[in-house]
Amino acid sequence: MTEQQVQERPVAKAVSKYDKLLEVDDLYKYFPVKGGLMGLRTVAHVRAVDGVSFDVRRGETLGLVGESGCGKTTLGKVILQLLEGTDGRVELNGKDIAEMSSAERKEVPKQMQVVFQDPYASLNPRMTVGEIVGEGPMVHGMKDKQQREKLVRDLLAKVGLNQSHVHRYPHEFSGGQRQRIGIARALALHPEFVVLDEPVSALDVSIQSQVLNLLADLQEEFGLTYLFIAHNLAVVQHISDRVGVMYLGKLVELAEVESLYAQPRHPYTVALLSAVPEADPRRRKKRLVLKGDVPSPVAPPPGCRFHSRCWLREQLDYPEKCETVEPEMHDVGSGHMSACHYAEEVTPETVAAAAEAQARHEDSLAAAKAAAGPDDTTPPDGGGDDDDGAGGAIGRLRGAGARGAGVLLRGGRGKKS
Amino acid sequence: MSAQTPPPPASAAAEKPDNVLEIAGLRTQFGTLDGTVKAVDGVSFEIKRGQTLGVVGESGCGKSVTAMSVMRLIERPGEIVAGSAVLSGTDLLALSDSEMEATRGDRMAMIFQEPMTSLNPVFTCGDQIVEALTLHRSMGRREARRRAIEMLAKVGIPEPEQRAGQYPHELSGGMRQRVMIAMALSTEPELLIADEPTTALDVTIQAQILELMKDLREQNDMAIMLITHDLGVVAEMADEVVVMYGGKVVERADAIAIYERPHHPYTKGLLASIPKLGEKRRRLDVIKGVVPNPLNLPSGCMFKRRCPVAMPVCDSPPPVRQLEDGHISRCWLEPDGSEPAVGANASAEKAAAAAEDISVEPLVLPDPVKDADKESAA
Repeated sequence: MTEQQVQERPVAKAVSKYDKLLEVDDLYKYFPVKGGLMGLRTVAHVRAVDGVSFDVRRGETLGLVGESGCGKTTLGKVILQLLEGTDGRVELNGKDIAEMSSAERKEVPKQMQVVFQDPYASLNPRMTVGEIVGEGPMVHGMKDKQQREKLVRDLLAKVGLNQSHVHRYPHEFSGGQRQRIGIARALALHPEFVVLDEPVSALDVSIQSQVLNLLADLQEEFGLTYLFIAHNLAVVQHISDRVGVMYLGKLVELAEVESLYAQPRHPYTVALLSAVPEADPRRRKKRLVLKGDVPSPVAPPPGCRFHSRCWLREQLDYPEKCETVEPEMHDVGSGHMSACHYAEEVTPETVAAAAEAQARHEDSLAAAKAAAGPDDTTPPDGGGDDDDGAGGAIGRLRGAGARGAGVLLRGGRGKKS
Repeated sequence: MSAQTPPPPASAAAEKPDNVLEIAGLRTQFGTLDGTVKAVDGVSFEIKRGQTLGVVGESGCGKSVTAMSVMRLIERPGEIVAGSAVLSGTDLLALSDSEMEATRGDRMAMIFQEPMTSLNPVFTCGDQIVEALTLHRSMGRREARRRAIEMLAKVGIPEPEQRAGQYPHELSGGMRQRVMIAMALSTEPELLIADEPTTALDVTIQAQILELMKDLREQNDMAIMLITHDLGVVAEMADEVVVMYGGKVVERADAIAIYERPHHPYTKGLLASIPKLGEKRRRLDVIKGVVPNPLNLPSGCMFKRRCPVAMPVCDSPPPVRQLEDGHISRCWLEPDGSEPAVGANASAEKAAAAAEDISVEPLVLPDPVKDADKESAA
């Protein structure tokens, strides 16, 4: 049933496979970290976007996921020219935006627009809805006030707002309505391409689904192309045709949505998917819990950036390559791109094996803890002699938080089958 | 791990029948210039020892105000006007302010969504836990410090000795939430109220924190009230689920029943509207409209304006139906989902009488504000 519904997607998208609307080529964005005497010297760089290449095909939705701090929002801003890239090229319809004349650059907003995450912060509280939505057309030559108001009313109707609200101010609207205003503003110049930066994360679940449906309808009606940036993997799966996964400023996997979710080929994607709690209390998921936090983008780990948290590396007995050679994105089969040296090793079997090995490791760790007795941080009465004692439990918990390689397997809900 | 998890509610109840928290008819109102907002309007539920109760609903449904009322953290113009909240035999609402202060952070603790706003930025993480311990456990500083470091280790913070000396801003979001949990659990409370504990965190960190909460629940045998809008988190954690809408409990059941046999149209709508992993649909089901303005709530059923199966009878307050043991739903639909026996177009009087008959909870609560007005008028 789901397959059939997937095939219902407009055929136009399939044939436009090589029609690239946007091309991002080896894009970098470094932010200087100031320090030294009076904070004048640049002591380091935050590598927010560190060599990212991909393209967005006309009419598709490309989803971009990753944890906070992975650089997905910065990437969106550089594409939109809201931030200047440190290096690399962004080509819109075959033209490098950085090399455009100022006259050409002024035309870019007619092709490319944005919807931001926070509908409270992204609308000017002193402007009416009519002024907010009509500002773009006014700047781009629609001087006639009546004509503008008519356009705004049409747009409001399109995004499901009451046309008579054109003279109201943002504070009179709910979060979901504000996000609709933001969408109307983005569409006012009839762009081809819209960057959606976490457009539904700030909304309630029931409103989220309304806005997602609206975005799908508008895409069909206006033939829009979306770059959909979000951290919610279920939402990205729902709306995207292809999905890119980012980690520490790099794209680590890029594939058709069905392929990426059914068989992820990068250990980080596997872990991300495994971490999503499912709305089914019966489902016992063998969960790969990643240890520790994302490392600092100021000094990313050498080699593969994910190696410090990678469960596959542990499974493969710590190959040296992971720490020394930075993996390139490569095709692992029918256009599925992965930046893992051992992408072919990422199979359901290795995931299960890693999980089991980790469970064993965890048990032995707990046993060793218990055998070693209480350490300095354990209370005198807390260390148990038996494996299930408090000492063992603390050992497990400490392991869970330690920075370092590996995964912890937890059997999901252990109760109620 | 699975062998250690607590047994399902039925057998747990048999072993330890005690409820850690019992809330009955709780009502919290906020007086505003435009009128009284009934944020919590007659909420009743209980949480058993070692169990997790999930409280779900959209923003403004009263779930956080319920938690704040239990913690007695409601400030003017808010006021708890009726009901009771009993923590293992102690009526929290009857305690004096100083007694409440001794209880809060000792027998019951709360963790919030944004740890940065709940941790004091000018004290080190260690000092903040030490403070809780010296206050509630009358420990010496040295002993409290040792215990604080032990707690930090327990919640999975690496190098706890060093971390104890660091300030909140030096830690990542996940680490801060761990510090919050360590602080909340340092006094081994009977009840932990977690208000959207993982909403601000990434999924990988969320998974870590949820595992941690499960482990600590087992070790300490404590009860957790988990407030969240994420139905995935609830499915993962909760034994029982309460669905709130417009300040009222609209459905309540054990977790499996809520997800597999939801009765209330709002619960069904919520479950249908979330995109699920591994399931691709062209369109999502939606709940039409928005949460009603708390100053202008519809009469009868709060949900009727958004409900796909609303009937004329929904203008009368719906009964609280008992569907099966422990599964209640505030809806006119019969347990099998068919039209109410009283008729979809029943008159207001007939409906009110029928609702009175069916209900397992009192439907009409005395309105203390109006009563007070009457008294003063008399």
